[in-house]
Amino acid sequence: MSTVVESHDHGHHGPAKGLSRWLFTTNHKDIGTLYLWFSFIMLFIGGAMAMVIRAELFQPGLQIVQPEFFNQMTTNHGLIMVFGVIMPAFVGLANWMLPMQIGAPDMALPRLNNLSFWLLPMAFGILISTLFMPEGGPNFGWTFYAPLSTTYAPSTVNFFIFSVHVMGVSSILGSINIITTIFNMRAPGMTLMKMPLFVWSWLITAYLLIAVMPVLAGVVTMMLMDINFGTSFFNAAGGGDPVLFQHVFWFFGHPEVYIMILPAFGIVSHIIETFSRKPIFGYSSMVYAMASIAILSFVVWAHHMFTVGMPLAGELFFMYSTMLIAIPTGVKVFNWVATMFRGSITFETPMLFSIAFVALFTIGGFSGLMLAIVPADFQYHDTYFVVAHFHYVLVPGALFGIIAAAYYWLPKWTGNMYDETLGKLHFWLTFISVNVTFFPMHFVGLAGMPRRYPDYALQFADFNALISVGAFMFGLTQLLFLFIVIKTIRSGKQAKPEVWEGAGDLGLEWTLSSPPPYHSFTVQPQVK
Amino acid sequence: MAYIKKVSAKLIFALPLFFSSLIFSEKSDYNMPVGVTDVSESIFELHMIIFWICVVIGIIVFAIMFWSLWKYRKSKGAVAADFDDNFWLEIGWTVAATLVLVWMAVPSTQVMVEAYDDAEGEINILITGHQWKWHYEYLEDEVGFFSNLSTSQEQIDGEVPKGEFYLQEVDEPLVIPTNTRVRFLITGNDVIHSWWVPDFAVKQDAIPGFINTAWTNVPEPGIFRGACTELCGIKHAFMPVVVRAVEREEFDAFIAEKVALAEEERMLTSKVWTKDELMERGESFYAVNCAACHQANGQGIPPVFPALEGSQIALNDSSKHIEILMEGVQGSAMAAFGDSYSEVDIASVITYTRQAWSNGENGDGVIVTPQDIVAYKNRIDL
Amino acid sequence: MFAFGWLLVPMYDVFCEITGLNGKVTGPSSLSEESLAITEQRELLVQFMTHNNESMPWFFDSEKSQMRVVTGNQYEATFVFHNTTGKEMVGQVIPSVSPGRGAEYFHKTECFCFERQVLAAGERIELPVRFIIDPALPKEIGSLSLGYTLFDITDRVQTNNEIAKL
Repeated sequence: MSTVVESHDHGHHGPAKGLSRWLFTTNHKDIGTLYLWFSFIMLFIGGAMAMVIRAELFQPGLQIVQPEFFNQMTTNHGLIMVFGVIMPAFVGLANWMLPMQIGAPDMALPRLNNLSFWLLPMAFGILISTLFMPEGGPNFGWTFYAPLSTTYAPSTVNFFIFSVHVMGVSSILGSINIITTIFNMRAPGMTLMKMPLFVWSWLITAYLLIAVMPVLAGVVTMMLMDINFGTSFFNAAGGGDPVLFQHVFWFFGHPEVYIMILPAFGIVSHIIETFSRKPIFGYSSMVYAMASIAILSFVVWAHHMFTVGMPLAGELFFMYSTMLIAIPTGVKVFNWVATMFRGSITFETPMLFSIAFVALFTIGGFSGLMLAIVPADFQYHDTYFVVAHFHYVLVPGALFGIIAAAYYWLPKWTGNMYDETLGKLHFWLTFISVNVTFFPMHFVGLAGMPRRYPDYALQFADFNALISVGAFMFGLTQLLFLFIVIKTIRSGKQAKPEVWEGAGDLGLEWTLSSPPPYHSFTVQPQVK
Repeated sequence: MAYIKKVSAKLIFALPLFFSSLIFSEKSDYNMPVGVTDVSESIFELHMIIFWICVVIGIIVFAIMFWSLWKYRKSKGAVAADFDDNFWLEIGWTVAATLVLVWMAVPSTQVMVEAYDDAEGEINILITGHQWKWHYEYLEDEVGFFSNLSTSQEQIDGEVPKGEFYLQEVDEPLVIPTNTRVRFLITGNDVIHSWWVPDFAVKQDAIPGFINTAWTNVPEPGIFRGACTELCGIKHAFMPVVVRAVEREEFDAFIAEKVALAEEERMLTSKVWTKDELMERGESFYAVNCAACHQANGQGIPPVFPALEGSQIALNDSSKHIEILMEGVQGSAMAAFGDSYSEVDIASVITYTRQAWSNGENGDGVIVTPQDIVAYKNRIDL
Repeated sequence: MFAFGWLLVPMYDVFCEITGLNGKVTGPSSLSEESLAITEQRELLVQFMTHNNESMPWFFDSEKSQMRVVTGNQYEATFVFHNTTGKEMVGQVIPSVSPGRGAEYFHKTECFCFERQVLAAGERIELPVRFIIDPALPKEIGSLSLGYTLFDITDRVQTNNEIAKL
């Protein structure tokens, strides 16, 4: 179904002026901008927490913060990065790009779109404010296992639960909007199998979100009941089970991590295609692979729980299903490489980040495959090996995807080219510091350092010092990124509609001016 | 550019050699330990097999990618081909990937079955995770003890240099006999903890209300150090696991000694204690079991951990003082110590906290003896 | 999906009871027709462990920490409960069988863990557990460990009573 877009002129009107523009906007580009700036600010807040963690871990001993505060830092660093940086950034990119990529004037539900965004500053305002309350903020890890997060939690846990509910509502409403937009507002001629891969990635991600955010809502509500209303969902005394918490949480948690990577897959496919000057290899397989990953993501959750005491049959099942996910993921990596093969390649900043994505996400994938092997996982579980794995797939994975998208589409959004030299500098400093930070974590985890430790035995000292240095470098380098973004918004060489050589044939967004008109497509394009 | 290419080319060969040397050393800072049991060795070998398979796949994929990036540069005149699929190639590499995974799944399943052995243990040890220490109980001999971190706070705060086994040493390690099938029964007392000894490749979560099981059989004597691997609160990093494997005769002597000590404790309950004896015992008990929350200076960390110095209960209300130690405080982190510690220990620490710091000058001076604790338990008037 | 998340709770209970996963078995159970038909008996070790969950001050112990038993026969083990405090309290014992897959073969025909226990101040009682090990127990399971964790549910009961009065 596609809606008919009227082509009459509304008269010259652009955005409102001042604060009202941003509070009340229903324009997908403005809302995309809001999400992206929100995510960028959260990156620095969550990043600051990481700096506190790494400063404390720079040397053995407790020098800078006490364990009480350290646990709050690790918990909130995780919560902010997952729910406040990666997810909103991808939603922001979706908001900016999806209508343009499908030839629509805006999202299907523009007012709902505004609500979806503004729920987030509210949710995070509440969450971050708990750090300043007397009992301190949440301190039980971003995975908040019961009973540490129920019976033994500070009373600020209730704010945490409320905040998670609000974030969940935001995601669900946003996903409803995205699915409705994609199914109803595509330009005529754009069948599903002609949609850009970023659109596909978001269609699938939106379904995942609708499926699992209610499960998260369920688990935090059960927590709320256990804490305040005398129920025993996770309390053995009343006939409940702490392991139930883990099952329900990870039933949400595993699809959640695919929610955090699928849009990056879409972005990277676009960028590699553009800068190899060659169509993406195996378009249909790319679609089927993303869909398979999404479906499989529902049957692997217990690989986060291999040491809770599951019976042998259960552990083997989850080992096999987890290993299976490597296949569609591998297919995607092969297809990206096949796109580059016999292309005509240039190395602008988005391409550099995308190449690094393919290489480093693959390394993260390998450590993931190692973690899937249950008996070996007995030695990896809850150590820095896991921390290395998920940081590899999230930082040079998801975050590089977001940064690559920013460089790729900034000229479209602002009408100005970013400074290529600075962009490359940002890339190389980031690439080096990311590896200095996260690669040694594999070693220190294999050698026996557990995670969520504010202090450690002496044999881990050298690597921890190196990791901290890398982390400080990584954090500082992102200030350069901030500078580059602001500089691009304010000045820079004028960007053409096409921006990148040959991009005109690659997507409808490149047929619009840079920056695009306020309502993007006022006349519906035809797709052949 | 050319210089960078030359260096990179050399690195491609040098790095794997460098890493192999590190990885293959027995006790390395880079790799999982081989460990000392059959199971841990099987797991190490499996880990290395999977690792090398990943390395080979990685080398192949990255080689093709980096070669393409170099060879098909537009700056060197590459013109893009226009193919965008190849059905049989895609089928081919999908099938190949599946076969590799099946190939990995077979040894993984075998090692799993080896590790998941439910046979009877010759020795059974109940391990309970507490905030923030381990309790070990030998079920056959009905003797048990707590195992606390023994690294001093001064080392942690950087006031004195750190010892060799910083954060990996305890006052009472778990002692097990070699060449014996030892079965561990693991549970939690409060929150979820996890008991891990890398050299045995044993890791199981300690879940309150539930018992998990693990086993090991250590062929040679030695000391093996592990950790708590599930976030359990502020001292998660400060409750290490230390296991001493000893020859059977030494183990039997150890158990006999523990049984004798338990008997002595029971005798001690009925002896007459002086204030100084109680203070001395209470001071060391306090340092190990109370200072973590109430602090060495008795100031606590209000509001969560009340100050004991100047506390009304410690100064004037010895009955309440006993009740709190014996029964804990509902809804707070103060556990019931009554069932975990002897009457002697409880009486000593109560006496100590009533006299220590400025409490001795300002308080009512009441001393609590082990007999008082026995009386409390049996509801005789104090 | 939300409904599914909520339903996971009772589903989990039912699933665990049917399969005995996680060592969880509640309520009395007895042998099935097939098990009754098995005449072959084997010996195994049954161990008892008691543990007080934090803040539970009662004395709680088993008279014997282990028994050698034969499958198919009924046995009894005695446990001591002593409320050493100055007030009436309510306790709940939660059983857990290890290994988990052995739980469905551990049939308790009578157990203090089926109900909560109310003890007056200073009261001391001895309570039995009567059980039969199913002859169908797989031979790979060499011993069964029954762990009992005693929880203090005085406050929980009090709160529920107050709510019931409303």
